[in-house]
Amino acid sequence: MRNTRWRALGALAAVAALTLSACGGGDSGDGDGGDSGSSATPEFNAALSEVYNPSDKKGGIIKAAHSSDWDTLDPGETYYGFSWNFARLYGRSLLMFKAAPGDASNELVPDLAEDLGEPSDGGKTWTYKIREGVKYEDGTEVTAADVKYAVLRSTDKKTFPNGPAYFEQFLDLPKGWESVYKTPDLDTDQAIETPDDYTIVFHLKQPFAGFDYLAQLTQTMPIPQDKDSGAEYRNEIVSTGPYKFQDLQPGKGFKLVRNDQWDQSTDPNRKALPDGWDVQLNVNADDIDQRLQTGDLQVDLAGTGVQPAAMSQVLSDPAKKANVDNPTIARLWYTSINPTVKPFDNIDCRKAVMYAMDHKSYQTAYGGEFAGGDLATTILPPQIPGYEKFDLFQAGETGDLDKAKQALADCGQPDGFETAMAFRSDRPKEEATAEAFQQALDRVGIKVELKGYPAATYFSENCGLPPFVVKNNLGLCTNGWGADWNDGFGFLSQIVDSRVIRETGGSSNTSVRIPEVDKMLDAAVLELDDAKREADWAEIDKRVMEEAVVYPGVYAKSVLVRGQDLTNVFVNDSFGMYDYMSMGVQ
Amino acid sequence: MITYIIRRLVAAIVLLFVVSAITFSIFYLVPRLAGATPESLATRYVGRAADVETVELTAERLGFYDPIWVQYGNWAKGVVVGTTYDMGAQDVECPAPCLGYSFITRQAVFPELMDRAPVTFALAIGASILWLITGVSIGVLSALKRGSFFDRFAMIFALAGVSMPIFWTGLMALAFFSYKFNITAPGGSYTPFTQNPAAWAYDLLLPWITLSLLFSAQYARLTRAGMLETMNEDYVRTARAKGLVEKRVVVKHGLRGALTPIVTIFGLDFGLLIGGAVLTERVFSLNGLGNYAVQGIFANDLPKILGVTLLAAVFVVMANLIVDILYAVVDPRVRTR
Repeated sequence: MRNTRWRALGALAAVAALTLSACGGGDSGDGDGGDSGSSATPEFNAALSEVYNPSDKKGGIIKAAHSSDWDTLDPGETYYGFSWNFARLYGRSLLMFKAAPGDASNELVPDLAEDLGEPSDGGKTWTYKIREGVKYEDGTEVTAADVKYAVLRSTDKKTFPNGPAYFEQFLDLPKGWESVYKTPDLDTDQAIETPDDYTIVFHLKQPFAGFDYLAQLTQTMPIPQDKDSGAEYRNEIVSTGPYKFQDLQPGKGFKLVRNDQWDQSTDPNRKALPDGWDVQLNVNADDIDQRLQTGDLQVDLAGTGVQPAAMSQVLSDPAKKANVDNPTIARLWYTSINPTVKPFDNIDCRKAVMYAMDHKSYQTAYGGEFAGGDLATTILPPQIPGYEKFDLFQAGETGDLDKAKQALADCGQPDGFETAMAFRSDRPKEEATAEAFQQALDRVGIKVELKGYPAATYFSENCGLPPFVVKNNLGLCTNGWGADWNDGFGFLSQIVDSRVIRETGGSSNTSVRIPEVDKMLDAAVLELDDAKREADWAEIDKRVMEEAVVYPGVYAKSVLVRGQDLTNVFVNDSFGMYDYMSMGVQ
Repeated sequence: MITYIIRRLVAAIVLLFVVSAITFSIFYLVPRLAGATPESLATRYVGRAADVETVELTAERLGFYDPIWVQYGNWAKGVVVGTTYDMGAQDVECPAPCLGYSFITRQAVFPELMDRAPVTFALAIGASILWLITGVSIGVLSALKRGSFFDRFAMIFALAGVSMPIFWTGLMALAFFSYKFNITAPGGSYTPFTQNPAAWAYDLLLPWITLSLLFSAQYARLTRAGMLETMNEDYVRTARAKGLVEKRVVVKHGLRGALTPIVTIFGLDFGLLIGGAVLTERVFSLNGLGNYAVQGIFANDLPKILGVTLLAAVFVVMANLIVDILYAVVDPRVRTR
């Protein structure tokens, strides 16, 4: 008896001590945030539509961390939004998205180029003038030939297999072209010309009205040919931006220090406020959240928001919530309804799913209105120019069972049917989504078997592999997509164009196979008038939704914590996260 | 004794061969048996917008069109004599022992393992010294003062230590000691020993303590049980009857007998820890072998995973070998067999 009492007392003491430490862990050591001297008032969403804590004060080091490794720092291959955001610190592409809060950030502005592209030949040729006086960190002046080399270099998918493939898709590359390494002497002027040191002319296979969006890709950041070491260049980058690399340790971290060859007079976009950046890689994500709150760290580079463990901490405490921003980002979480799997070859069976699903439960599965997002009824998110609000399958927030049953009757399955739903088993939100589908569809007799697959092989070997989908009866697949850039083409081309579906797997489009939509996409990319082109994207959105092959879940939102002592903080809509190029530190 | 060691060494090499073959099969053969094609395997190594040509090029470059035994043979050959990888722009040399090449990070695996090994070694050695000293001392004292307040308190402490997972104690310790009181270094801190030994110890202090908390609890319970058993043995009573001082009885006769199972467990624990203290490194953001393995798993970077697995197997096998030899030193009865 005494033993039991002692043990109970000891256990109680241990629990009490640990609970106290848990509570203490989240306490802000800096009281009210230590922002004295600033006119900025910390409040929820303060950095969404305006600049929080504006300042031109230079100096200080921004401490940043990322919870995993960088895909690559090479501007020719990197393919993550946060990386494109960050790359502007050490590189200058022809164009860039305007560094401004709100809708203004969707506007393209010149960076290395003097102006936006000059189209000719009906949008088949694009000419850019390059600023004079822009230098590499070694003092050599940047020329048009360097930009040409960088773009051509990025088309080598043997050396850079992970990068965007837009340039090889659109450029009129000569026959026999392999790469700058394998076929260096081949004349490539039919694809890119450089009539003088400050002019670059792109020739396309077909007109493309949105070429300026390609000109803002990091792949147009100049690379000096004599310093290019192929795949190894990622660790030996030559800067053209206000900062250059120091102490780069792959997989561990690096520092950015001032590049003394960068000239403010050639750069209308950058303020280059901090003296440098100190970046750590592969840092525990929960630890990053804690350090953001205590001020030990200022930026979580991934820009996707805090982890579930910190979510309730920062949203429930008013003092902490005042340092939180909750942007809607240009990402859609959705579910593919695969018409290649019976009985979804019948549109009415697909409509039954559209009506029967409990939309609210989709939002709940993703974490609710703050962490999850807003209920979506279209494929295009509101940030994409051309977005039009509509709802072709009005079923309220929890579904319309009468309409669902009618659709089932119309498709000849009045008692329902059986199908399977795939989800990424290492993504709890997707698993919860699949369970929500299972419960909601069960209400009208549609029995859903859940099948989880690893994220790493989800598109290459499971949902993105058409024969696998049919063989495993995967009528439904959880899915998600973020735009490469905020434009209809950037958002739609990879998820509604049937021609990107590969029988060998790997495509994010698993369900949209509508020849008419392919033609509409082809027509839209030729349209040079912005307003008309944007209207085309909305029409494509509607046409795809009519076929009920996509169930839009939520327009994603994230919960971002503003790092302490940061100045000039705002969410850049084109990246859906804080603008790294503009921020400074007190 | 020498014959015994040689025999164990040969067995260890065979074991490593088997481990490598099985691991290789798990990552490269099993997916094929489950229906994956060379192209679908290659899509793990290309971007999301890659076209068919890029996928096929990558599959060819990685040798996925070769039969599985050829792929394993090429890999094993690389371990023994080194190999060359076609990286498009240039060929990359991977000298022996080439444990593979990460086509995601564009780095040879072995140098990366060697780069990270000191972090894991430092973590394992420091923590193991701490847990051996505290665990064994607490265990001995508990056994000698059986039923006392100290014994009960120590065993509750041990129970709590074993029960609390390191990803929880680690985060709590960081929140409390690093961020609230600023006593210890924040997560992600590591200074090489050769650069500054004091900073090295300061940075690793919290990971050491956290990791040793878990293990010292186990060792305290193990030592206590062992001591209680040996202290009741006839030879201990004989030693006391001969008039030996109690300290000598406890250390020379009691503890020595109780240490045999501790050494066995320690060998296994230490070997596994060297193979990668995954959770501790992850929680404290230390770039050691464990974190490297996790990066490989998240990125589906098979050469990395294969490399860490093989290295971990080497450490466990070596640790076992050393333990077997130490047996003879610790327990005189083994020497006579």
